[in-house]
Amino acid sequence: MDELKTTILEYVIDEYVEEDDDIEVDFETELISGGLVDSFSMVSLKRFLENKYKIQIPDADASPEAFDSVNSIAALVERFRNA
Amino acid sequence: MITSPSYEDRLQGFDWRQSADELGLTPGGPVNIGRHCTDRICGLGKARKTALHWEDFRGETRTYTFDDLRVLTNTFAQLLEDQGVAAGDRVCMFLDRVPELYIGFLGVLKMGAIVQPLFSAFGEDSLWTRLDDAGTRAIVTQKKHLGKVRRIREKLPNLAYVFVVDDANLRDGETPLRLDDLPRVETYTVAPTTAETPSVLHYTSGTTGQPKGAQHVHNSLISQYITAKWVLDLRDDDVYWCNADPGWVTGTSYGIIGAWANGVTQAVLDAGFNSDKWYAFIAKYRVSVWYSAPTAIRLLMKDGVELAKQHDLSSLRHLASVGEPLNAEAVLWGREAYGLDFHDTYWQTETGCMVVTNFPGMEVRPGSMGKPFPGITAAVLDEQTHEPITEPGRVGLIALREGWPSQIRGYWNNMAGYRKKIVNGWYVCGDRASIDKDGYFWFSGRDDDVINTGGHLVGPFEIESALLEHPAVAESAAVAKPDKVNMEVVKAFVTLKPGFEASGDLELEIMNVIRKRLSGLAMPQEIEFVDSLPKTRSGKIVRRILRAQEFGEPIGDVSSLMND
Repeated sequence: MDELKTTILEYVIDEYVEEDDDIEVDFETELISGGLVDSFSMVSLKRFLENKYKIQIPDADASPEAFDSVNSIAALVERFRNA
Repeated sequence: MITSPSYEDRLQGFDWRQSADELGLTPGGPVNIGRHCTDRICGLGKARKTALHWEDFRGETRTYTFDDLRVLTNTFAQLLEDQGVAAGDRVCMFLDRVPELYIGFLGVLKMGAIVQPLFSAFGEDSLWTRLDDAGTRAIVTQKKHLGKVRRIREKLPNLAYVFVVDDANLRDGETPLRLDDLPRVETYTVAPTTAETPSVLHYTSGTTGQPKGAQHVHNSLISQYITAKWVLDLRDDDVYWCNADPGWVTGTSYGIIGAWANGVTQAVLDAGFNSDKWYAFIAKYRVSVWYSAPTAIRLLMKDGVELAKQHDLSSLRHLASVGEPLNAEAVLWGREAYGLDFHDTYWQTETGCMVVTNFPGMEVRPGSMGKPFPGITAAVLDEQTHEPITEPGRVGLIALREGWPSQIRGYWNNMAGYRKKIVNGWYVCGDRASIDKDGYFWFSGRDDDVINTGGHLVGPFEIESALLEHPAVAESAAVAKPDKVNMEVVKAFVTLKPGFEASGDLELEIMNVIRKRLSGLAMPQEIEFVDSLPKTRSGKIVRRILRAQEFGEPIGDVSSLMND
């Protein structure tokens, strides 16, 4: 689980945080409600997870709440990896 | 219980002069939106009334009275003036929904400059396109978005000033604009603007070319004030929440001007979507009038009626919606969840104010756009003759008889493009609808290739241009694809250059490039790699065929296609 979280965190930082942004992102950071990732951009994050972990996340499960932190995203991925 | 006059009562003898009189405006006299939303409200005895409850995603809060607004907009205007910003200059507000955005917007107008609000989620290409076209002279931004400004500044020779509203390590040529650190300016001489003085420059997308700057004037106040009062049913004791971001026209016409010209308290939440937090916000500030959007309503629907019932939403009195057609299911769900009807409103950047609306007290027919606002002559025109259709239920082009106060005066640098939208004295909106026998309008769809995603218009040309800059992309077409939540999302069709192979990773890479350069809104939610794109014999890509395929509609006449 820790490795999964770290991979997601690194991806979020690489893709959603600008080089010169002075923003700290950790496992708990509010990504959607904090405005770092908007609901449209969430789709590319979902696609990354699906490509990387060979899973399909149904749209009904890809809610803003489920994508609101690295912790909640990791829990979602884990659910579908074990499905 | 207070009841508002009926739609029919409002129609009787309506004249926009009625609104101008309520605002104390005289023909040919001064009009300044900044002053009317602040000084004038204080002059009506509301100086100590709360103008703004603001909260961000961390729970930080700030509260401003109308006197605070008056003084801080003065302070903002004075600073810009002292720095050398002049009347008529374009001043871009590139900020999240922080208080400085709302204050700065009115401050710019007070000093007679043109305020150019831009959605802060825009990537640097989208930002550059709009600043370059407008010849923007100053930009007001925050640390979070300063990097994007810095990366394009060298390509913007007209951009003389960069103001930053929060803590940041500033470089040469960047000026701090921290309102808390500035001496409060109690008295400021507002610029002598009149009805036709340019006020707000909002960029909107069309089918062809880059986004167009819709040029509003101070006279728009007349329409925005009265529509906010009557359609949103704003009253003195209301707490009003407009979900729209001021980077878009709803966020300024009704998220700033309409509400504050009426002296009404606003609540603003600077946070992304979260159903539970939204309900908690309504409960905390006792929001009574809520102007939302179908996309948000459909997201709330996904979380169910039960969640709504867990919060005290008893303060809600009136609900309205804008952005794209509100489907009947959402209206019915609103009745169940909140015990109230969402009142759909139809308008666009170019109209400046609501033009077809569901009035309070009027029977809401779920799925209908409502009826024309008093003073607006609306029709659907035959697509060939451009004459109004009188037959109930027949679909045509939505059009408005020219001349309402908030109609834009043209597109910046592109009057010819704007004039093309005027036919026989009608402004043709670019949407299709029918009118039933009782005068209700029913939306049918867009009349062009513009993609309406989550209530925001996205132009295919801008996306296709950005796609072509990716080294793997040979040709591209961006079209709308139906979506349950956002009504439409962007889908791209792409042919690849030799040496590149379609893959999930390539799709993701291209998606991310567009997201960063343009915005999440413009990012294709799906990319389909194809061997070729449908083209006319002259080589023009035919988007309508791809769009029709996505919507499961007939593809129409293909006789002129090259590869049919």
